[in-house]
Amino acid sequence: MSAIQPPEERVWWKEPIAPIEITWILIAFVWCLFMFIMMPYWHIFGKQNLANEAYRSTPELFTAKAQAMVDKYKVREETEQAIPVVRPPAGSDVYLVARLWQWWPLLELEEGQTYRLHLMSLDWLHGFSLQPENINIQVHPGYEHILQVQPNRAGTYSIICNEYCGINHHTMAAKLYVVKK
Amino acid sequence: MALNRMFRACPMTGLKVHEPTEALIKANAVAAVVSLAVGGVLALLITLTRWPAVHLLPPDWFYLLLTAHGLNMLIYWIIFFEVAILYFGSSLLLGCRLATPRVAWFAFWLMVLGALMNNYAVFRGDSSVMFTSYVPMPAHPTFYLGLILFAVGALIACFVFFGTLVIAKEERTYNGSVPLVTFGALTAAIIAVFTIASGAIILIPTFMWSIGLVDSVDSLMYRTIYWAFGHSAQQINVSAHVAVWYTVAAIIFGAKPMSEKVSRMAFLLYILFITIASAHHLLTDPGLTSNWKILNTSYAIYLAVLASMVHGLTVPGAIEVAQRKKGYTRGLFEWLRKAPWGNPVFSGMFMSLVGFGFLGGISGVILGTEQLNIIMHNTIYVPGHFHATVVIGTTLAFMAITYFVLPAIFRREVSFTKMAQWQPYIFGIGMTMLALFMMGAGTLGVPRRHWDISFSGNPMGYEFPGAAYLMMGLASIGGVLAVVGGAMYVLIVVHSVFLGKRIETPGFERVRMREGYAPAMQPSGVALQAHGSAAHHAWAAPGTFTLAVVFLASFILYYFVNWKYLATVWPLK
Repeated sequence: MSAIQPPEERVWWKEPIAPIEITWILIAFVWCLFMFIMMPYWHIFGKQNLANEAYRSTPELFTAKAQAMVDKYKVREETEQAIPVVRPPAGSDVYLVARLWQWWPLLELEEGQTYRLHLMSLDWLHGFSLQPENINIQVHPGYEHILQVQPNRAGTYSIICNEYCGINHHTMAAKLYVVKK
Repeated sequence: MALNRMFRACPMTGLKVHEPTEALIKANAVAAVVSLAVGGVLALLITLTRWPAVHLLPPDWFYLLLTAHGLNMLIYWIIFFEVAILYFGSSLLLGCRLATPRVAWFAFWLMVLGALMNNYAVFRGDSSVMFTSYVPMPAHPTFYLGLILFAVGALIACFVFFGTLVIAKEERTYNGSVPLVTFGALTAAIIAVFTIASGAIILIPTFMWSIGLVDSVDSLMYRTIYWAFGHSAQQINVSAHVAVWYTVAAIIFGAKPMSEKVSRMAFLLYILFITIASAHHLLTDPGLTSNWKILNTSYAIYLAVLASMVHGLTVPGAIEVAQRKKGYTRGLFEWLRKAPWGNPVFSGMFMSLVGFGFLGGISGVILGTEQLNIIMHNTIYVPGHFHATVVIGTTLAFMAITYFVLPAIFRREVSFTKMAQWQPYIFGIGMTMLALFMMGAGTLGVPRRHWDISFSGNPMGYEFPGAAYLMMGLASIGGVLAVVGGAMYVLIVVHSVFLGKRIETPGFERVRMREGYAPAMQPSGVALQAHGSAAHHAWAAPGTFTLAVVFLASFILYYFVNWKYLATVWPLK
């Protein structure tokens, strides 16, 4: 009798389990349990976790907050489109607008400092992808997502979009500068 | 009685074949292969575009064809084939007439209509929204309507399957419990009902939004419910291809499940713990708490992963026991070395098993770990992972079983036998390369669904390291190889079905309905004595266990490599 025929024993659920199977089930179960525990463990002892902080917002409100930050802390402009570069003080709230097909404004952060980074899209879904760190966060319209980030190495980083957002998706990219104090 | 004339005895398998079922299996399998052929042509164009040195298509065509590729492969090829498996697992394996064949035909044509309508929407050019069609990016209303019609058709097919099980029980065409493979198909069908319901809950409002009846659909709600559909749909595939693994083990080796109880419990775990699996697509989304993410992504302590690990042992374990009984007992692996590697039914199935476990399974669990997802979300690691699960796992298993279906159901000899021997290897190796190198490029941050990772002419662009370009090139070479393997499959199938040598057997006979009745069961007292089979006493499958330990060791090692990598990135809170 094989798997394509009804079980030989009418009361198959009373047959003993082969030792090899029960051993493997136990080993696999312990591993599954371990992997489950690893996630709460990292919340307590690990340094890379996502906050549960997010708020409903509107494009107008979020743009206004970002604009206020730009007006206050702009240090220079870059490229022909004169994209502002903002250097907010350490520990402050930093706003990054995602929209078709741009990250706005450009940010300049200090190494080793902690910032409250606010992410939101004004239109469709976008994907915040910080390279070469490879930190990837989903960005929604209408949800202001707040992450506490602590850049730990100075350098020029790129933010690219890794959630498909239409025909110019592949052009959506920005710089993020991390400078020494 | 009209029904009497509609069965034939299959001399090859001994099955009693209900002829309307046979016709439905053929129709669904043909629709599946047509979808695969379309998806395969698109695959070639897409892989040649993501090959940095070739970069074939312009961006609008790339995004359009990528959308069409996902839909035709992941939905139409696989689900048409799964409907065929449901009819096979119920009517054929139980020797029972199919419930309401006319309704089953209606379901089939509804699915065809839905698939055509959805493809029409994509090829119009205004619905390049990808397989996932996330709102608020809009598609043409026929995009959603096509999907809904297809889903309704698939749902009807599930209920035809359930009805057939009821008839088989009622008309006593089998004794005791349904075969394990039927049980697996039942698992797939139950998950399918949940899946399609979730799809309806989100796609119907989205359709109404697209025609202006609803103001807006929340993007987070869409993603949350969509993935209860999108991911559970992949769990249908897992149940279906695991059922195919057991089928192949039974057909090729006459292998008996090591224990019915364990294998059935593992299938049951899929139903109980997979349906909440939408969470691991949402691990970096705002608005959901970590508690929710952890509980749901691990499907309550990874019991569905446990289920797959169990099948990963019991299927080759059953084969090993059967082979050892035939005398292949030398060493740990003689049973495996002496397996029929030249038979595509076996070689395809075994590569599906190994590839699904080692590549797809391990990468899937790691992607689905809350914090590890941060360093992989939406990178090309994700398509690397699901090409290992859905293509090496599901598609290759379906290709393998096709080489059995051609003679058994279509009554045609497999054409180009030499090519058929090579086909699973070429397809499997190509797809393995594609999956591995995509994952490699993903760990370097290469995004998925992206036309130009060189950001040419963009002063804000990012310069990926040379290794990323190298891996994208190698992935594409693997992709081209897999397309060649896929084309061989389509060629063999089409040629066999239309021009293959007809199998006329002297044993062919129509059977009367009453011969469908199962013989009376042995008194259980006697039968219970008989379970002293090899599987239950000794350490029956040491080779398989060794392979399982190797698997676990790779799993653990790779799991910690990823945590180590995560620990080096910027602290986040």
